[in-house]
Amino acid sequence: MAYEITLITTMAISVLFALSLNFITGFCGQISLGHAAFMGVGAYTSAMLMKAGIPLILTLPVAAALAGLLGLLVGIASLRVKHDFLAITTMGVVFLFVGIVRQQEFLGGEIGISGIKSSPLGREGFMLFCILLAAIFAAYSLMVKRSWMGFVFDSIADNEDVSRVLGIDVPRYKLIAFVIGTSVAGVAGGLYVQQFRFIGPDSFGFVESVSVLAMVIVGGIGSVWGVIIAAAILSVLPLWFQFIDDYKILVYSALLFIMMRFAPDGLAGLTNRLIKSLRKKV
Amino acid sequence: MIYLELVVQGIVQGSIYALIALGLTLVYGLLRILHVAHAALFTLGGYIGVLVTNSTGNFPLAMLTAMIVVGFVGIAVYKLAYEPLLEKPPYIALIASIALFIASEEIFRILFGPYGLSYTNPPLQLSFELLPDFYLKQGELLVIVGSIIMLTVLALVSGKTRMGVSWRATVTDPKMAQAFGINIQHVRYWNFFVGSALAAAAGVLVALLNNLVEPTMGSVTSYKALAIIVLGGLGSIRGTLIASLAIGIIESFGTIYIGHLMNRDAIAFAFLIVVLMFRPQGLLGAK
Repeated sequence: MAYEITLITTMAISVLFALSLNFITGFCGQISLGHAAFMGVGAYTSAMLMKAGIPLILTLPVAAALAGLLGLLVGIASLRVKHDFLAITTMGVVFLFVGIVRQQEFLGGEIGISGIKSSPLGREGFMLFCILLAAIFAAYSLMVKRSWMGFVFDSIADNEDVSRVLGIDVPRYKLIAFVIGTSVAGVAGGLYVQQFRFIGPDSFGFVESVSVLAMVIVGGIGSVWGVIIAAAILSVLPLWFQFIDDYKILVYSALLFIMMRFAPDGLAGLTNRLIKSLRKKV
Repeated sequence: MIYLELVVQGIVQGSIYALIALGLTLVYGLLRILHVAHAALFTLGGYIGVLVTNSTGNFPLAMLTAMIVVGFVGIAVYKLAYEPLLEKPPYIALIASIALFIASEEIFRILFGPYGLSYTNPPLQLSFELLPDFYLKQGELLVIVGSIIMLTVLALVSGKTRMGVSWRATVTDPKMAQAFGINIQHVRYWNFFVGSALAAAAGVLVALLNNLVEPTMGSVTSYKALAIIVLGGLGSIRGTLIASLAIGIIESFGTIYIGHLMNRDAIAFAFLIVVLMFRPQGLLGAK
């Protein structure tokens, strides 16, 4: 059972993390190649506080606040750049994060932070806690999607200039998306610390940022259910591939490439097309 | 003296960035794709350079082979990966490109081992005294001179020949160029061939400077090259060259003076972000 519990906890954390990016990239259309940096800020905050003896649950709000604060700063900076410029700026953020953390002695430098106590909730309790948080945010995402704010996000993602003409305060909504998305990523970071009980600068690099973006795109950008399923599958896929050990990253990247090449609208698009063609036959 | 040394080191590094980033700019200018897998071609160039030099002992031949083979691989990448995705939103091609790049790193690792390869008899390692007390390796000189020659040839070709004119016409307005009878497909092939060959040359040169090729040698370079073309103002060739040298020199000074705060890569990206805040369209980009 222990193995399954670890697996499901990892899945839940990944779902939460992917949904947080979906809020920014999926809903509001702002591509981010540096989302792992915000998870990293949350993770380092939680880790430092937990080392000082504070229980995880009390560190999470602090982690969310700091990650959200950085998200606000990056968001304000990102208002000035669009499309590909935005993608590269956010990529810069993650390299900046890793590059700075590496040189800081008090954050453990290259070695990272280890020796974090296991959760007082027990393994199963912690798993349920992660699932609960992921479920709450999924429900919130679904709610936002159907709300007035969801429509505003949609219109910004679709065409910023038209939204502006319609009288929508585009910068304000972009910042809201950034702050919510990044602070939830911070919470996911706190959970990550508790789960793995070790973090280093490489845990939150560019590859992790791309992986989470891959989850959102494979799921079908903006689709909450698609992203949940994709995050759950992709987060444990490398573990299932253990039997081909040496080739697992190769297979993973090949799958990602094939997905982009043949089904660029993701699982959500794939399902929709399947349903449509079934309906036609009936 | 230390200033001069840092400037020269910056120029050496900047020349290599220029060779890599130029191919990226060419691709972006033509197709609006951020071509991350470009770095895989750079790595491939390095591997071919080392393998051919080690088996024949002929360094110029290795350079030539690397450039030609990688040029054709570049065309294949365009045919297989990008051509079918041109109509899709740009992030699709970006993710596909990243996936391709990660896959290629794995292939290099599986084929040649995780520790990489070295030259058995590394060529051009002698140092000579450029100024009193100031030494430069032959390899470093080759990097600077080689880049200048290749970039000059490229500038001449794009400025003075029919091929260059049709290339520039396609970048400016593909539909109009097609209406004037330019074969866009050929332009794209040439574009990928030349860009990839330059990346291969950079790969061989980096392998020479470090006397090492390894599976991950392209990763940081490729992301930095993306930063460089954005800094230069996406698609602007002159901007790319200026940005390459600027990043090279800023890195070499930065590692000495603020290296305790952030590492080399972070310095490059910090500079990028600061510049973009003041000039969101890059150094020489059009508004």
